[in-house]
Amino acid sequence: MKTMMPNLPFLNKKEAAASTPKGTVDRSEIFRASRRDFLKIGSLAAGGFVLGVNFQCSGPKGELVSFAPNAFVSIASDNVVTIIAHRSEMGTGIRTSLPMIVADELGADWSQVKIVQAEGDEDKYGNQNTDGSFSVRMFYEPMKKAGATARHMLMQAAAKEWGVDVSECDTENSQVIQKGGSKKIAFGDLVEQIKVMELPKAEDVPMKDFSSYKLVGKDVPIYDLEDIATGKAVFGADVDLPNMLIAVVRRSPVVGAKALSYSEEKALAVPGVKKVVKIDGVGLPTGLDKPLEGIAVLAENTWSAIKGSEALEVEWDLGPNQTYNSSVQLEEMVKSTASNGTVKRERGNFNQAKSSAGKTFEKTYLAPFYAHSTIEPPAAIADVKADGSVVIWAPSQHPQWARGAVAGALGVDLAKVRLNVTLLGGGFGRKSKPDYVVEAALLSKAAGVPVRVQWTRTCDLHHDYYHSHSAQRIVATLDGSGNLSGWNHHTVFPAIGSGLDAAPPSDGELDLGCRDFPYDVPNIRVEAHESTAHTRIGWLRSVSNIHHAFAIGAMMDELAEARGLDPVDQALQLLGDDRDLVFAGEMVGDYGNYGEKIEDFPWSTARMKKVIETVAEKSNWKANLAAGKAVGFAAHKSFLTYVACVVMVEKDANGNLLIPEVHYAVDCGIAVNTDRVRSQFEGGAQFATSLATTSAITLENGRVQQNNFDTYQIIRMPQAPKKTHVHIVPSMEKPTGVGEPPVPPFIPALANAVYKLSGKRNYQLPFQV
Amino acid sequence: MDKYVIKVNGKDQEVTASEDMPVLWVLRDLLGMKGTKFGCGQALCGACTVHLDGEAVRSCSLPISAVGDGVITTIEGLSEGGDHPLQKAWVEHIVPQCGYCQSGQIMNAAALLARNPSPSEAEIESAMAGNLCRCGTYNRIKDAIVTASKSL
Repeated sequence: MKTMMPNLPFLNKKEAAASTPKGTVDRSEIFRASRRDFLKIGSLAAGGFVLGVNFQCSGPKGELVSFAPNAFVSIASDNVVTIIAHRSEMGTGIRTSLPMIVADELGADWSQVKIVQAEGDEDKYGNQNTDGSFSVRMFYEPMKKAGATARHMLMQAAAKEWGVDVSECDTENSQVIQKGGSKKIAFGDLVEQIKVMELPKAEDVPMKDFSSYKLVGKDVPIYDLEDIATGKAVFGADVDLPNMLIAVVRRSPVVGAKALSYSEEKALAVPGVKKVVKIDGVGLPTGLDKPLEGIAVLAENTWSAIKGSEALEVEWDLGPNQTYNSSVQLEEMVKSTASNGTVKRERGNFNQAKSSAGKTFEKTYLAPFYAHSTIEPPAAIADVKADGSVVIWAPSQHPQWARGAVAGALGVDLAKVRLNVTLLGGGFGRKSKPDYVVEAALLSKAAGVPVRVQWTRTCDLHHDYYHSHSAQRIVATLDGSGNLSGWNHHTVFPAIGSGLDAAPPSDGELDLGCRDFPYDVPNIRVEAHESTAHTRIGWLRSVSNIHHAFAIGAMMDELAEARGLDPVDQALQLLGDDRDLVFAGEMVGDYGNYGEKIEDFPWSTARMKKVIETVAEKSNWKANLAAGKAVGFAAHKSFLTYVACVVMVEKDANGNLLIPEVHYAVDCGIAVNTDRVRSQFEGGAQFATSLATTSAITLENGRVQQNNFDTYQIIRMPQAPKKTHVHIVPSMEKPTGVGEPPVPPFIPALANAVYKLSGKRNYQLPFQV
Repeated sequence: MDKYVIKVNGKDQEVTASEDMPVLWVLRDLLGMKGTKFGCGQALCGACTVHLDGEAVRSCSLPISAVGDGVITTIEGLSEGGDHPLQKAWVEHIVPQCGYCQSGQIMNAAALLARNPSPSEAEIESAMAGNLCRCGTYNRIKDAIVTASKSL
């Protein structure tokens, strides 16, 4: 079963090698898919023509991995073009952006295009793991090819009918038209001809010129807009099945706790409660895809299930994590950064730079655990039938992993599990993990009826896979002339997928904004230190870039001040000449580069300088600085997208922090849907404001201390940046994602602005303003 | 368990529920109306916002026994054809990202505009402070409310 693990390059563990590869599609082939395949996923008018895309992706070691054909676009005789969305929609707009590419290349009338969400099925759709900001990066070319092939066939059919050369034909508004002539014919009227036509060779299929696109590179409203505005959009908990019971689970209060005994009497006394079922937890280590131990209360409605779960009496063996305190561990982690760690990047000789330094700076940066707190708490629906087959509805970022995890937990063949993907009420990495989907399947099997498992907000905050808390110590040296001569970055945090033993962060986590430090400093050493996970650690929007960018961006500001330099000028100087960085010979262990070959996606200092210059110009950086405004700057590349950020702050009459203005400049290569690029940055600034100023998860005696949004705070409208200006640098480079890259540079830019305002530097997230 | 008749979107609905069942679960589980969302269960996030006699209330914390003759309006009943000025403005500004909180945002904003047809920016922020959005659509929500207020 190849879908049992997430395909995160940064996990860098043995298991990950067995997972679906993630990376640029090296080759893709267009083929004629069976109509039957397409019918399984969407209603299609009779007599439709169906085209698929056959992906070949580079695997973890650069090998080619083929996927079986996948159906992606159909044209029906009623002229409706149906396009499959195979990635999960959690707010990035991907369900719109990829189909847009197919439609634009095809020349379809966008207002008549129907988008159908794919089931979780790796054999049919290839990689559906929606994380790592790579959907557009991976699928831009294949989607273009699918649209272009269908267009070419339609033009060939029309040319034959009209007795003209195919070069005289074009497509628009779901019609083939004769260039400069008056002939036109609807796609639907050509379906019978193209159904029997031989597929053109890939090299014979012309692609449109970028300048002729009507959708790509423009602002296009999301497909589900009207449904969302009228409450009709279907999210995870919105599917009703006959005889379905609702489950609310009391999970082990401390990770690794086991239920010694429980009394179901009081729960069963709650009207509407039907059953109490124990879920056997995986124990320690928790892994990433197994439920925690818990006692589920199954009821006719959610309210009865909530009350029933509160009435349960459970006696726990709390296990080894019951003495864990996160604040104590953070102190231990700070201490560990003072020792020698495992060297993970080495350039020059840092010790020598230090011993000959004119001045040395040493700062320690702390960040807390964060919960994802999607406004939609995890929920999933499972219908395990008597013959062992299973149908799931779930708001899943990684439907294939969820499908495999369900098959594994129930001991049934993967083919017996069908997984329908609903809209996600936010994901941010939480809904990559399939634990809640497995819970629904186990409970449906035990109850013999369909079950919706519904997490409450407290369940969500208490049992997340948290973004890890972290300690970092950076030592920077200036030589006798005041040049930055040495950079020594120590980092420690319990790693994703931790086992029971102490371990340093994985190479993949260090690749996220730490050891890919781009500045032209002659002596660089990156050291990783060991720590142990005592709760479940996962990945949150932009992952370890969050704390790494904070530490680096704040330290750079401090250095600029000490050197008497404008931080923007310093960044431009330290990036040096225009060139592509490949870190040759410097990385200890593999450098992941977000799953891409460094030759294909090098670290371009020119592109970074361009976004920095753009943000400085558009935000009036120099003028604001001269006027004494509290503005802060930081730049950070993540997920292969270049971002620079300027944040302005002030205080209101009551002393509260206000963020009147944010400027971002971004180079994400070709920007497919410019409105969704902007919306990700607007949202990223707000998400990052929460991380920087309001949110923290702490654990005492193994238990999470925050129960709801009163204690785990995310920003509200008055705290949000008032205006976020997004400057998209025009680029014809390969498109890269924008879901995560807005978050990392915002936090140090805000920290640096707050320092200008208050005169006090903050070394710990969330800030004291 | 008791029988209740409540007025939802202009229709009398008869349900059997325990007296403490929040209107949120009456709507979602008993009446099958899924537009109103569950977010926190403690009136902290606003995802479940509906109108009770025109006022924005958090349905997760409103027991059915407290509704009485009150008139409930949900996102499904805000307008006939999805054409309330706020719904049109939401479309114009392409407000949603994931969309989950937006029913509650729109219902809260509709109650605001009903009592204050041209709110200032500060009044909008203060009135909307009870509605959380994790994706970060606050700027566009504010812009859409301003647009809608101009069309009233």
